[in-house]
Amino acid sequence: MTDPTQISAGPTQGVPSAPSAETAPPPGSAPQKERNASLWADAGRELIRNPVFVISTIVVLLVMSMALLPWLWTSTDPTQCEINFGKDRPTAGHIFGFSIQGCDYYAQAIYGSGPSIAVAVLATLGSTLIGGITGILAGYYGRWVDAVISRFTDMVLGIPFLLGTLTLLSLVPLRNVYTVVLALIALGWPTTTRIMRASVIATRNMDYVQAARSLGASDMRIIFRHVLPNAIAPVIVVATIALGAYVGAEATLTFLGVGLRPPTVSWGVMIDQGTEWVLSGVPHLLLVPVGFLVATVLSFILMGDALRDALDPKLR
Amino acid sequence: MGRYVIRRLLQFIPTLIGSVFLLHYIVVLGIQFRGNPARAFFGDRTPSPEMLEAVKRLFNTDDPCLSRTGDPCVALFVERVGNLAVGDFGTDYNGRAVTEIIGDALPVTVRLALMAIVIQILIGIFAGALAGLRGGGFWDYVVKISTVLLISVPIFVLGRFVQLGIVEVVQWLRGEDLASPALLSVITVTYKVSAPWASLIVPAFVLASVGLATTARLTRTSLMENLRGDYVRTAVAKGLPRRRVVGVHTLRNSLIPVVTDLGLSFGVLLGGAVVTETIFNIPGIGSEIVEAVQRNEGPVTVPLVTFLVIIYLFVNLLVDVLYAVLDPRIRLD
Repeated sequence: MTDPTQISAGPTQGVPSAPSAETAPPPGSAPQKERNASLWADAGRELIRNPVFVISTIVVLLVMSMALLPWLWTSTDPTQCEINFGKDRPTAGHIFGFSIQGCDYYAQAIYGSGPSIAVAVLATLGSTLIGGITGILAGYYGRWVDAVISRFTDMVLGIPFLLGTLTLLSLVPLRNVYTVVLALIALGWPTTTRIMRASVIATRNMDYVQAARSLGASDMRIIFRHVLPNAIAPVIVVATIALGAYVGAEATLTFLGVGLRPPTVSWGVMIDQGTEWVLSGVPHLLLVPVGFLVATVLSFILMGDALRDALDPKLR
Repeated sequence: MGRYVIRRLLQFIPTLIGSVFLLHYIVVLGIQFRGNPARAFFGDRTPSPEMLEAVKRLFNTDDPCLSRTGDPCVALFVERVGNLAVGDFGTDYNGRAVTEIIGDALPVTVRLALMAIVIQILIGIFAGALAGLRGGGFWDYVVKISTVLLISVPIFVLGRFVQLGIVEVVQWLRGEDLASPALLSVITVTYKVSAPWASLIVPAFVLASVGLATTARLTRTSLMENLRGDYVRTAVAKGLPRRRVVGVHTLRNSLIPVVTDLGLSFGVLLGGAVVTETIFNIPGIGSEIVEAVQRNEGPVTVPLVTFLVIIYLFVNLLVDVLYAVLDPRIRLD
């Protein structure tokens, strides 16, 4: 895990960059001549040279563009189906063949990225936001705030993730992107809380935070200017990996019958329908969505791994 | 040691109650928003009010707090926990006791989980050690790539692919006339009552895959870190054979984080068991849960999930105590 005590502040998204006079360079690190030698700048330089990170980022960007702008990828309408083409194998004009109802499978896979990615992104945003805020509160204020939040975290973590989401969704009659996202957030946030809390506790007692406090900075200023920029790295790593995990979770919940449902087309729905036909000699119905899904999940995990390595000063 | 165990127990009890209460609250909210599940008992038919009341009483959902949205129904919770404590888990829509369902399904799930844990520990630690001892070498890359792949393939997809492979293998075996009954009971796409252990081997491998990858990666990192330790250099310097340095000095220390992870991965294992049992048609607790969910049978789902949550928390308690036995720094803290 990244050692947050070694992280010097640098501009990150959404976080105002700290003036360099206020954020002392990390103790113990050699003074560097380059002007922009923050941890994030160093990590960025390292990541650009890392082929695994570059490739997985490209895949992630491609998938994101499929989810946001599917019409860039295909001009075929995924809902326009010819039943007599049903389950047909790939041909020249239709490289991934046809679905059970005779829809173009390539178009379905492209449009299917939408709900899958939407679930993953919204669930990650939600659980990172809730987990981040509770983690900062618990780590920064300590005492009873920490006790209350940590015990509550323990209770939620006492329910295994998949079992909890399954139970939650089994009680909801409506199953769409939003209910699946809510169930994933409800069981997913405590992991982020724990990581954020540990990271904030490690940062809270650093000299520069003490200095800011003795200069009379308010709690809000200390948290947003000093603690958060130095404590957020592990959370970003976990969020990246979680994006992949949620893509898989959507598919798994759909398979168990509590996730998305047709006519919504997501990779999970496509895999679920494809598995029924795979043993009767139509493997492309399963292989195509699985290929998209695994490539996406793999890319997020590899991206997270590369980020973790790049942000860990101990490995330098 | 005693003090540590007592402190851990004191932490454990509120967590247990809290987790079970959370589950209870989720269910109560579900009933309050969605309407009483007793209606599902009648399917499409509209029951008379008296009959509906009787069924509500039967499934213990006649408490008026269930119609007050947002009410946590604490009294109902206390009553249900009391029922659970004396072994009354309620009945399903056919009048079959849920404890009976658990009695039938639990041995199967326990067999599956035990085999999966053994596979996870043996292969995970072996692969991790193989990679960790040759950091940057060929085997390191093999283990790294295969574990990332295992983590990124959802378990139900892996299960389907394994089944596909099995179908091919069985056809080939039949063609070569090698298909003996013993072999076919291992290489099978479904659970067979006649082979309660053998037919679970393949599902156990599938179930173990996720945890196995995590175990291997943790062992690898931890081993590589410890191999740089001063005590390892000392052991090498005084001329101990490599086997002893690695086996006795390094590996034992490296396994401490792995043991902690085993407790957490048990939760993943329980979730995975739900999926694996569904794919391979194994009549365990997990497939009972999924079937109950699909039949919309709340009186079965909820006690079964509660049961698994309680087991999960107990396993974690056990692992924490075991952790303290292994690592004196924890219990003397």
